[in-house]
Amino acid sequence: MDFSMAPGTFLFEAWQARASLLSGLGVTMLSSALSIVIATVCGLAMGVALAYGWWWLRLLARLYVDLMRGIPLLVLILFTYYGLALFGINVPAFWAGVIALGAFATAHVAENFRGAVQSVPAGQMEAAKAIGLTFGKRLSYVILPQAVRRMLPPWVNTALEIVKGTTLLSIIGVVELLLSAQQAMARNYMIIDFYLLTAALYVAINFTLAQLGASLERRFSYLRY
Amino acid sequence: MIDYHFDWSVIARNAGKLTDALLLGLGLAVVSLLIGSVIGLLAAYARVSGKAWLSAPVWAYVEFIRCTPLLLLIFFLYFGLPEFDVTFLDKTQSFVLSLSLYAGAYMCEVFRAGLASIPKQYVEAAKAIGLRPWQRQAYVILPVMFRITLPSIGNNLISLFKDTSLAAAIAVPELTFTARQINANTFRVMEVWLTVSALYLASAYLIAMMLRLLERRYASIR
Amino acid sequence: MTEPALLQARDVRKSFGQIEVLKGIDLTVSQGQVVSLIGASGSGKTTFLRCINLLEEHDGGEILLDGDPVGYIMAGERRKRLSETRISAQRARLGMVFQQFNLFPHLTAAANVMLGLTKVQGKSDAEARDIAQHWLGRVGLADRSGHYPYQLSGGQQQRVAIARAVAMQPRLLLFDEVTSALDPELVAEVLSVMQGLAESGMTMLLVSHEMLFVRDVSHHVVFLDQGKVAQAGPPSEVFDNPQSDRLRSFLGRFHGLFGRG
Repeated sequence: MDFSMAPGTFLFEAWQARASLLSGLGVTMLSSALSIVIATVCGLAMGVALAYGWWWLRLLARLYVDLMRGIPLLVLILFTYYGLALFGINVPAFWAGVIALGAFATAHVAENFRGAVQSVPAGQMEAAKAIGLTFGKRLSYVILPQAVRRMLPPWVNTALEIVKGTTLLSIIGVVELLLSAQQAMARNYMIIDFYLLTAALYVAINFTLAQLGASLERRFSYLRY
Repeated sequence: MIDYHFDWSVIARNAGKLTDALLLGLGLAVVSLLIGSVIGLLAAYARVSGKAWLSAPVWAYVEFIRCTPLLLLIFFLYFGLPEFDVTFLDKTQSFVLSLSLYAGAYMCEVFRAGLASIPKQYVEAAKAIGLRPWQRQAYVILPVMFRITLPSIGNNLISLFKDTSLAAAIAVPELTFTARQINANTFRVMEVWLTVSALYLASAYLIAMMLRLLERRYASIR
Repeated sequence: MTEPALLQARDVRKSFGQIEVLKGIDLTVSQGQVVSLIGASGSGKTTFLRCINLLEEHDGGEILLDGDPVGYIMAGERRKRLSETRISAQRARLGMVFQQFNLFPHLTAAANVMLGLTKVQGKSDAEARDIAQHWLGRVGLADRSGHYPYQLSGGQQQRVAIARAVAMQPRLLLFDEVTSALDPELVAEVLSVMQGLAESGMTMLLVSHEMLFVRDVSHHVVFLDQGKVAQAGPPSEVFDNPQSDRLRSFLGRFHGLFGRG
């Protein structure tokens, strides 16, 4: 790699492509953040349904989770994008992708949540009942604070999967980081350099996320049984 | 569903194509799992070797793969390797290489956890009857670890099978690529995606069932 | 001297699948009384206790707390389950102490006591803190209020659990074998806290295997056998004049405790 700043060198070409790369990076981060938020909110709700719902609700949630875990993410994205269009719902590719990613990750969050709350000893729920807490308060003051430590590592993994999964949006034409890099390569043919640069950016995002998760986890270290 | 009329004949007409595509995807997943397992096993031993010059590169490899999108890896090897004059790989082989490298990192973690969870007394018992180091590995540690990690290996196989859908991005004619091709020719989007989703689901389910049988078989030997 | 009935159980029945564990229990607890349930394991005493605050739900008969049916009301012929909110409100009028303590591990001792005060009774943090401090003092743990459960011994954890239950000023305190999970040398400190509560006029219903304690502290003792009340009365009567072979053989296991009278 030549690190001087003349035309045709990597740094020069990267500088030339900075605007589109940054915009791609922005799209990647925005779509990831939106999907993570959707998956977390919907996943928690569905997790409650899985763990505590009436039998028919549990069955529905279980069906959804198994469905989402059995179909490849790419198929979900393509299905959402082309399928919705068929119903006359013209969702922009970006939103089709975010919906598909969010729906996919919801299943993972829900399943993790179920596992985590069921790992809290049964006596905790009983003690919370015994002092007269209603269901919502039992969850938010007693069960969740204890389940969160066990939920965190798989939640971080899901977040990483989402960030990586946003690359699939390039296949339906969303110009996120990977596609913006490929567009730059189409102009300058610096395939190796630009793929490495893109990979480095993904590693930076995900490594930061993983570290953040690990430091959060340490904050819950007071939870012992 | 405003004006859409289902016409399932498109599936019947393309049944052979879809079957071939499904089998190709399964084959890609199995081959990648096998190569990935070899990579993962070597990497896991390097990781637990206690030698920094062995374990540090493996750590970097695992973290890099964990943080890098598979699609990027696929493109990088497919478009990038020819830049290094590696031109003898066709797109399918290039994809298998990507998926194997990807699987290797995950399998490394699986095997590392497996090695760590082998009860000490097995190793001690193996020493006590005078087995040499490689014999201890081959006759005691590996078989025990294989049993411990079987469920994780199975989950990885299912994940890899779903990941074969990304081969569509470099035009490997597996299920997702074939579906898009049929769609482009016939516009029977709903029929095709529903069928393909069902095929993926059914295959994942079948793999899971087979694994459960395998696990039960090994559990009963105990 | 007849006190009004605070808790009244009539013909309480409960089955787990095919197995009927409570076959019609009648029991009355008056204001200020200490009532003890004794019996072999499997006799139904813990199940009965758990039915009172609906950790288990009885399938027949009724339980009245201050005259209000607990958990279910009769709507004509049909039993109708009360709403979750009503049930939670009923539970708030009962305190329960568990065999396994069940302290909330993510909260300090004081916060364990305060949770119900603030989130159920709606008290301010400051007021709840004062009450918590008062009761932690009463159980001898004033200097442990900032400790997390894992930093406390079993006996200390159980005393916090008692403070957590009694701070809510329940009408009735339920004790479910609260010393069974403790190391022998820690039993006395918990029993002495319970004794203090009994002497202060707290109404208590307890399941216990500590026969000396039961005999000492109870106004009324109920011997359960195979899901039924086999004998009930003042401790002197139950312990000194057992009417059945079953009770005699049950008490015989504690022989030596009562030898010298």
